[in-house]
Amino acid sequence: MISTILITVGVLFNLFGCIGLIRLPDVYNRLQSATKCGTLGTCSILAGVLFHYGLVDSGVKALIAIPLLFFAATAAAHALVRGAYHFGIKLGDKSVKDDYKDAVR
Amino acid sequence: MDLLHILLYIQIALSASCLYRIIRGPSIADRMVAIDIFGVLVVGICGILSITLERGFILDIGIAWIILSFIGTLTLAKYLSGKKLNE
Repeated sequence: MISTILITVGVLFNLFGCIGLIRLPDVYNRLQSATKCGTLGTCSILAGVLFHYGLVDSGVKALIAIPLLFFAATAAAHALVRGAYHFGIKLGDKSVKDDYKDAVR
Repeated sequence: MDLLHILLYIQIALSASCLYRIIRGPSIADRMVAIDIFGVLVVGICGILSITLERGFILDIGIAWIILSFIGTLTLAKYLSGKKLNE
């Protein structure tokens, strides 16, 4: 029962993240929405898998995958936004503030 | 058809909707963001599929997919920022 609730919450987070990935205006906004979908949504799905199996071999696999995914997705998103900024991709039209521009030089 | 199958089909449709951003992305960074999130969504598919099929080994595919997606995204980000791979 609790595993179904956790998986439903995870799929809902993935849904919101994909809507943000399609609808938001520029790269940085899309990355912000999509990384939230990755960490919260898929980690919640894996937590549901852990509650479904319990602490047997399959559940321990899900338990290993949760911190791995959490740190890997966050570090990959940080590297990606840094690379995109250094590549020279502009912010969107409605963005009002760019603090990283002063810090980068 | 119970709730888990419906959630599985929703998750598959979401990972297919990332293909829109991969195809139509205006810049290369949009495509890389979409590829990264596509990998994460496939890990979610592997998790739900291991419950509906009652096979535990599909989680191994998910763990391997996390690591390969992480290394691929780091390599592409390094390529974007214009550095060599040993810096």
